[in-house]
Amino acid sequence: MSNEQRPTAEPGSGGVGPIGGVDRLGGPGRAGPAGLDGSAPERRVASWRLLAANPVTVAAAVVLAVVAFVALFAPWLAPYGVNEVDVAGALQSPSWAHPFGTDDLGRDILSRVMLAAGTSLQVAVVSVTFAFCIGVPVGIISGYVGGWLDTVSMRVVDVMFAFPVLLLALAIVAILQPGIATTMLAIGIVYTPIFARVARASTLSVRTEPYVQVAQTMGTPWSRILRRHVLPNITGPLIVQTSLSLAFAILSEAALSFLGLGIQPPQPSWGGMLFAAQGFVTQAWWMSVFPGLAIFVTVLAFNLLGDGLRDVLDPKQRTRMEARHR
Amino acid sequence: MRSGSPRALVVFLGGRLLYSAVVLFGVLVLTFAIVQLVPGDPIRLALGTRFNQEAYDALRAASGLDRPLSEQFFSYVTGALTGDLGVSFRSGQPVTLLLLERLPATISLAVVGLLIALLISVPAGIWAGLREGRLADGIVRVTSQFGVSIPDFWMGLLLITLFAGVLGWLPSSGYAPLAEDPAGWARRVILPALTVGLVAAAILTRYIRAAVLEVAHAGFVRTARSKGLAPSVVTGRHIVRNALVPVLTIVGIQLATILSGVIVVEVVFAWPGLGRLVYDAVAARDYALIQGAVLLIAVLFLFVNLIVDVLSAIVDPRIRLS
Repeated sequence: MSNEQRPTAEPGSGGVGPIGGVDRLGGPGRAGPAGLDGSAPERRVASWRLLAANPVTVAAAVVLAVVAFVALFAPWLAPYGVNEVDVAGALQSPSWAHPFGTDDLGRDILSRVMLAAGTSLQVAVVSVTFAFCIGVPVGIISGYVGGWLDTVSMRVVDVMFAFPVLLLALAIVAILQPGIATTMLAIGIVYTPIFARVARASTLSVRTEPYVQVAQTMGTPWSRILRRHVLPNITGPLIVQTSLSLAFAILSEAALSFLGLGIQPPQPSWGGMLFAAQGFVTQAWWMSVFPGLAIFVTVLAFNLLGDGLRDVLDPKQRTRMEARHR
Repeated sequence: MRSGSPRALVVFLGGRLLYSAVVLFGVLVLTFAIVQLVPGDPIRLALGTRFNQEAYDALRAASGLDRPLSEQFFSYVTGALTGDLGVSFRSGQPVTLLLLERLPATISLAVVGLLIALLISVPAGIWAGLREGRLADGIVRVTSQFGVSIPDFWMGLLLITLFAGVLGWLPSSGYAPLAEDPAGWARRVILPALTVGLVAAAILTRYIRAAVLEVAHAGFVRTARSKGLAPSVVTGRHIVRNALVPVLTIVGIQLATILSGVIVVEVVFAWPGLGRLVYDAVAARDYALIQGAVLLIAVLFLFVNLIVDVLSAIVDPRIRLS
């Protein structure tokens, strides 16, 4: 059974349909290395131009730059301390002094949203890096070598795909103790099979390219073929997948923290703030609106950036990564 | 033509079943590992402050954790295949019973959620797909991108704020069994089902749009147009009908995703389904219950996917030949 025929319902996973169907919308197996002709440096310049010509992609990149800036400099930028309690000023609606209002302990919500940005981005970056570093080598090697190695590793991936993302993450958190490290590990493990699948599918299409075959005929060691010929030609889909996975990782972290099983208080997190807001939805709308808006805007920006990147780097598979997360 | 023979279908189904069995075995291994991987003694952790030696010994014997690993795995697999998932570390009740109690609530929520998703996404997806590049298409694409990026629990909180808080039309949370109090059930299912349905609609819309686009550019559609068929006939008979197969696949996957992904939504709305059960089990460190619930959800997921594959193969002969 070819790769495209396996059930997936994961975010950004390769091929969304268990069978045929969606693959006709652009299956992972046919992912071209890059959508543009020309030599690698030329292609890179052309890609950047195309990216810069798309206003939505540029806007998404600017939003992400702002979020990253806030995340890095929040301790200096935030108007109040993250855990500065002021019981007398609890549950204040938005004002000049507190643009996002205050929570049930009188803490400034704007400051907490700003400081939580760092936590969310940190978790997302670390967990996606983890998934990338494990998943990509597994996918490349199994796609290139094939045989029983490929069969076994892809069967393991299938089994992991049988668990919904959040459920698998919850099971991992249940085994270990909730906390930032567990959250990163859980999200990292959950997204590893996606990278393995994308890397494998792209490798399969590159493997039959003439330049790889020539290198093989000339007796180039396979480790060198993988590094020099395969990896550079599958970066497009991987970059796209990274951007989309960052979006889903932020959503997963927020969901875990919202359940009280991710980032633990007093460390602020967007999901954790929403968890605290649950008891006050009808009295203090600002407690739930602003942290949620922060998650939404960041995730949307990563998704739009991923879409923009895909149009430029990987145009053949426009629809295949749009599956679900959660 | 041999390709269309029932034999091809049987071979396809056999292969698909075998594949599901292999994945199921992997799922069993992984869920078995949940209890084994807990650092420390899972029963001691589950008992927590209620620890006493008799309770501990009784539970340990009942759960079979005092036996060798291979024996435990064997009895876990045979138990799971016969519907015996052991006893809850917390309540001592059979896990299967606890799961079955919660299943109707989750299924009813998932079905209503999927219905809402279909009612929105089918017209929106077809409409956008037939108007590629125009304003209507742009609006649908932007809206669905928003829907994909919105955290479902946040959407739930916003819906509660609006419909339960500001407008006061609907209860903010709770549950009434459908069989006993249909009106109460209906009032309570709307908000969680909307939450589930709107997110699913966003994803479905994108796929339906893409499927329609794909077919709309196919040669046979151009032929149909050029031979002078009415646009409504081309749309209805040629485009929509051919776009249905990939859509069926996605709908099945969405149902599986909804069935298994309602954890957060059930927590927001205090909906006593499987998701809420998993959440409570994790909080209570009831590993036997976590194990059973994770297994059940994964099996449901596999089962729905299998059904979808079989249906697609029956509907579309190209699939069973691939």
